[in-house]
Formats: sequence, C-alpha cells, structure tokens
Amino acid sequence: MRSLKLLRNDLKEKYHSISKPRITIGMGTCGIAAGADKVKDALYHAVAEKGLDVDIEVTSCIGMCYKEVNVEVALPDYPPVVYGDITPARVTRMLEEHVVGNTPVLEWAEFQLENGKHTPYQDISSMESSDYYFHQTREVTSRCGRISPENIEEYLITDGYEGLEKVLMTQPQKVIDDIKASGLRGRGGGGFPTGLKWQFAHDAEGDKKYIVCNADEGDPGAFMDRSILEGDPHAVLEGMMIAGYAIGADEGYIYVRAEYPLAIKRLKRAIKQAKEYGLLGDHILESSFSFDIHIKVGAGAFVCGEETALLNSIEGKRGMPRLRPPFPAVKGLWGKPTNNNNVETYANVALIFRKGTEWYASIGTENSKGTKVFSLTGKIAKTGLAEVPMGTTLRQIIYDIGGGIQENKRFKAVQIGGPSGGCLPEDKLDIPVDYDSLIKVGAMMGSGGLVVMDEATCMVDVARYFLTFSQAESCGKCTPCREGTTRMLEILNRITSGEGEMEDIERLERLARVMKTTSLCGLGQTAPNPVLSTLRYFKDEYIAHIKDKRCPSGVCNHLLTYSIDAEKCIGCTACAKACPVNAITGTVKKTHEINPEICITCGACMEACHFDAVIRV
Amino acid sequence: MTNRNSNHLDIKFKKMMEDYKEHKGSLIPALQTTQEVYGYLPKEAMEYISQVLEIPFSEVFGVATFYAQFRLQPRGKHVIKVCSGTACHVRGGPHILKEVEKQLHIKSGETTNDNKFSIEPVACLGACGLAPVMMIDEETFGRLTKERVHQILDSIE
Repeated sequence: MRSLKLLRNDLKEKYHSISKPRITIGMGTCGIAAGADKVKDALYHAVAEKGLDVDIEVTSCIGMCYKEVNVEVALPDYPPVVYGDITPARVTRMLEEHVVGNTPVLEWAEFQLENGKHTPYQDISSMESSDYYFHQTREVTSRCGRISPENIEEYLITDGYEGLEKVLMTQPQKVIDDIKASGLRGRGGGGFPTGLKWQFAHDAEGDKKYIVCNADEGDPGAFMDRSILEGDPHAVLEGMMIAGYAIGADEGYIYVRAEYPLAIKRLKRAIKQAKEYGLLGDHILESSFSFDIHIKVGAGAFVCGEETALLNSIEGKRGMPRLRPPFPAVKGLWGKPTNNNNVETYANVALIFRKGTEWYASIGTENSKGTKVFSLTGKIAKTGLAEVPMGTTLRQIIYDIGGGIQENKRFKAVQIGGPSGGCLPEDKLDIPVDYDSLIKVGAMMGSGGLVVMDEATCMVDVARYFLTFSQAESCGKCTPCREGTTRMLEILNRITSGEGEMEDIERLERLARVMKTTSLCGLGQTAPNPVLSTLRYFKDEYIAHIKDKRCPSGVCNHLLTYSIDAEKCIGCTACAKACPVNAITGTVKKTHEINPEICITCGACMEACHFDAVIRV
Repeated sequence: MTNRNSNHLDIKFKKMMEDYKEHKGSLIPALQTTQEVYGYLPKEAMEYISQVLEIPFSEVFGVATFYAQFRLQPRGKHVIKVCSGTACHVRGGPHILKEVEKQLHIKSGETTNDNKFSIEPVACLGACGLAPVMMIDEETFGRLTKERVHQILDSIE
C-alpha cells in the first residue's frame, strides 16, 4: 500500500511558512450573503492600487455568523489575526495598518491564531480564549474556516486521509468494532449507534453494497451540515470511504439539497481532486479497496431526509418512505444492503480514526460520545455554529457562547430538533444536552438546530408554524400523517384566529397520540412534538388564545386590536391613507380614530405612523 | 435559457436525455436538466423522457409534481425564494415575503407580467445565522430589512 506520509511531509514543508502577507476571506454561503464577494473585490482593488505583494485566499465559514464578513490577515513570522464585521469600506484601513504597518486594527480584531512559533500580538486574545470559542471544542469543525476547502493539499497537511490509511491496514470487522467502541451515534436525528448500523450492513448477504450520505439537511434552523460540506468536504468523503471499507461497499452516493449550490460545487471539486490523488476510484492507495462516490442533487422535499424516502429519491422515484422491515442495511438502494449516515456522522468517523477511539470515547457523556455541532439562531445575540462536548447544558450554549438574548430581552423558549423536536422553557436550560436527556423532556437532538425565542415570540404561533411546515411536507403516503397534520393545522389556525375552544386542546393531544404511534415514518411520528411540547410548557398561552381571545406576545394578528393614542397623534393622515379598508377616520391636524368593527388588524397603520401613535394590544 | 416556440424539442436536448439511458435512477437528474434548459418542464419534454427512459408518463408526471423544485409552467427570468425557516420566521421573515410580494405586485408562486421575477416557496435556505434571508437565482442575501429588499430588487437587471 502506498503511504501518504512522504507526500504529507513535502506538503507540510511547502505550507510551513508563508513568504508574503496572506489575506483569507471567509466565503461560505453565509459569508457571501453578508457581502464577502464585495469585500474580496475591494481587497483586490486596494491591493492593486497600493501595489502590494499579497496572496488573497478563500476559506469557508469559521462559525461566527454574527460577525460576517470574516477576514484573516497573516504576515510572515506573525500569528494570523481574524477580523469580524469587515466591509469594503474597512479594507483600506486594514491593509494600511496591518499589512503595511504591522499594527493590527484592534477594534475589529476578533482573535489571533497562536501557533507557538511566533510571538503573539498584545491586546488580542487567542482563538481559544476569545468569548465565542472559549467554551467550544472544535474537533469536527476544526478545519472549517481554517483551510481552503477547494484544495486537497490543505486537507492532507492537516492529517486528512490519515484515518483512511490506518483503516486500510485493518480488518473490516476491527473497523466496525472500533466505531462501536467509540460510542458514536448518528448525528442526523435519532441517534442510532453507528457501529451497530454498520454491523447490520456488514453482516447482510449481498454481491453489491452501497454507502449513502444524507446531506438533505432540511430541518429549518439547522445548517451545520452545509458548513461542513462547504468547509471540509474531504472529511465527509473520507468518512464514507471508511464506512465503505468496513461494510464491503464499493460505491457511495451523497444526496444533497439543491438549495446548497456552493456545497455541491465544493463536493464535486473534492471528488475530482481525491481521484487525481488516487484516494478515490480503483485500488485506493494501491490497496485492494476500490470506491467511487456520486452526487445526487435533491429536488426539494423535506421527507427525503428520512432514509428510505431518500433511497427512493436516489432511485429516481417519488421520495416516499418504505415500509420497514426490511431495513436498508438488508435491502436498501436498488434492493442491496445499504448503510446511510448523515454528513456530520461521516465527518466524525474520519476524526475517530485519525485521533483514536479512546480519545473520542473520553469526550461527552456516558451514552452520548464526542462533540455536537449546534447552529445558534433566532433571537440569540451571537448567531453561528458552536461545537461543544455532548453533555454541555443549553444554558452554557445559549448564554456563555451565544451571548444570551438579543437586545437584552427575556428568554422564553429554545426550539431544538426542528419540526421533529420541541420547545423547552427556561427551567429546562440546565439539562445536559445529550440524546437521552432531550427525549425525556419532550424534545430531541434532531440535527442540532437551536432556535432561541424571546418574549415577543408566540408559542402557539410557533406550533402553528411547524405544523404548516409538516403538513406541506407530508408526502401523503400514510393516512395518520397526511390527515393528522392537516387536522392539527386546522385546529391551530382556529386557535390563533380566536375561534378555538377548550376541547381543541384535547383534540390536539389525541391526534398527536395517534400520529406518533401509527405513522409510517419519522416525519409523521415526530410532527406532533412541537405541539405537544408547547402544550406541556406553555399551556397558559393556548388558554389565553382560547378563553381570553388574546395573544399575550402580540403576534397573532386576528387577536390584536389597534387604537390611536390621542396624545401622540398629530393628524398627519398617513394612517388613514395606508388603511386598506378605510377603517380610520379623522381630518387633517385632528386626532384620528380606528373603527374596530371595520379594522382587519393588518397593522398597515402602525407601519405608516411616524409618531408611534398607533397602539396594538 | 432557450426560447421554445415550436413544439419540436431541439436535438441537443434529445441527445442529453439519451445519455441518461446509461445510468440508473436518472429520472430526477433528467428532469432537473430539462428545467435548466427550458426554465420549466414542458409536457412534450416529459413525454420524450418517458419514451427514452422507458418510464410510464404517469410516473414521470408523479415525480415532477412531487418535488417542490419542479415547475410545469414557465417562470420569470429571476427566481426569488424568501426563506420560511424557523430562524427567519421568528426574525420577521413573513414581513420580508410580504414586502417582496408588495414590491412586485404578485403573490408567492406567481410570475410578474413582464416575466422578470417569480416568487417560489422554499422551506429553509440554511443561512439561519443571517436571518431573515432570501435567495435570488443562486445568490443568497442576508440580514434583510424592508429597505434592503427595495435596494436589492432595484439592483437586479
């Protein structure tokens, strides 16, 4: 077998030190959406104008979405400094002071990357001690935002494909035993033990077996898989190859959402480069193991995140789930034994074999090993990705890393696990985040999306939002899910428009029970969770909607009333002009009035008023 | 995008579809390519795919109508998708959609009279850190406000 050691050493030599200044721009989807393209253009322009000899490189997302656009500046013999909130207007000063003057701009600097070789700058914290990263353990995402995802050499020098090399010298059964010993559980939602899954596929009889990577990250609020694909695509390929070797498969498919064009582009490039380096294709590293990977682009159906629906979709059919058993491990893609894991799981596999089973098993809790990547979104101060050891509490994630609630408002709930998960209140913030603890309180890990909600969020509206989603995405194959989501949504629409009755709560609970126990796949079985968890922890809000015909958070339009504050109104007529139903009367310079009989509570007057004279209760 | 006035599918398209015969499970990629070429799925094209791939037309139609990505009607030059994910929902995504609809005088799922814009429904764009977001063609725009929506729509040719 060919070893990568020499190549890696050569490359390390090549990348060991830089001979001229290097500026790296964070260009994941988030970065680009925040204007990274424009920053890049401005940089090229300014560098040319000043006649500087600078390398401009591209990396992916380092996880600080709240500080996009991120730019790293490295000078020879000095530690690289990462800046946040860089705009085209800030480029010139950054170049003049840091690149030319070797004085980093302190107010924009987030942290520096200390490497032990160079003397750190004063007054800039290291990444490890910076606010956002101090409580994090970056393992799976260690390369995201640090290497160029479009260059396999940078993956190799960061010990990429070392796990594969080790595996190819071991027996497949030993590989599976190692994964079992690591304690790795699937990162896609259910948390099924990965080693056990591999064992089933390994033991299944078949002349042909497949590996599938679920990159159909459809949970609204989750984007860790996209970030891994965009930032470290080779880690996913490596994990798939290791799984292929372990179960005896020679072909793999990555099923990725069409909504992730950049991830698709980087994956394609990674596959091409891996083939050029003999790391993919026939006789990988001159061993007897051959493996090929194809990309299948999804066509927009949430249910395809369910593994059997996903297999149908790869086969070119409608993405509807299959009856189980037989399980995919026995009869999967085109009827052949198939192992399916998601993006983050495969990225963990590569890591486990690179750093060792024991090391991995030492992180996390008794039954949930390793780290988990969470996406922090919603009304949280610092949105972004955070990787923490399993067992970290929600409070630590939301407050210590995420900086608490935006604008210092009050925390109300955190939604975890997407449409399959639940909403947890303040008194559940101290539970350790692992698979089993979350199930106990009525939520689930899901893919790790955390959507934080503050006092201005209506929990009944949130439940309605999720049911709208699940109802639209239900594939229609089984009755409990198809009809259950529709009926639940009807009831929730009724409650949020003030026409609910107390019996509706029981109806919701009964429907939920039926759906959970009788739906064909995970989508239907978990679709009631957002309703059940909000009923469990925020029942008073349901009652306020039903009995008092009131939305305590001021969200549900039909339950609001608008009036005009006579003291503030100057009679400008802006509101009367904006009202689509002529519910507002009044003459110029006189106080206006809203007729509640005609008002449709659309809120147009409130938007039109420049004097905050429209009151909503 | 090719302008299709004739009922005859062009030879290049037919050739592309023929190539899919070689691969297993290529109905969805074939439909995706068709949509890239024509902007939507013309009936004639779906009939041709059914013939070439030897898949009943009912199944082709079933797949085409199952997935959110496929359209049976022509769409505008630019496709706008306003994210309706959870993070966007709690950060005012619905107001952004309303603003886009108001600006373009169309509803989600419709196309402007001049065929310049279509608004299409989408679940989550996965750029939650910058919520609320929208995607125009392949470009994602984040941290939207009503004013930004104005500027962005005005800037598109």
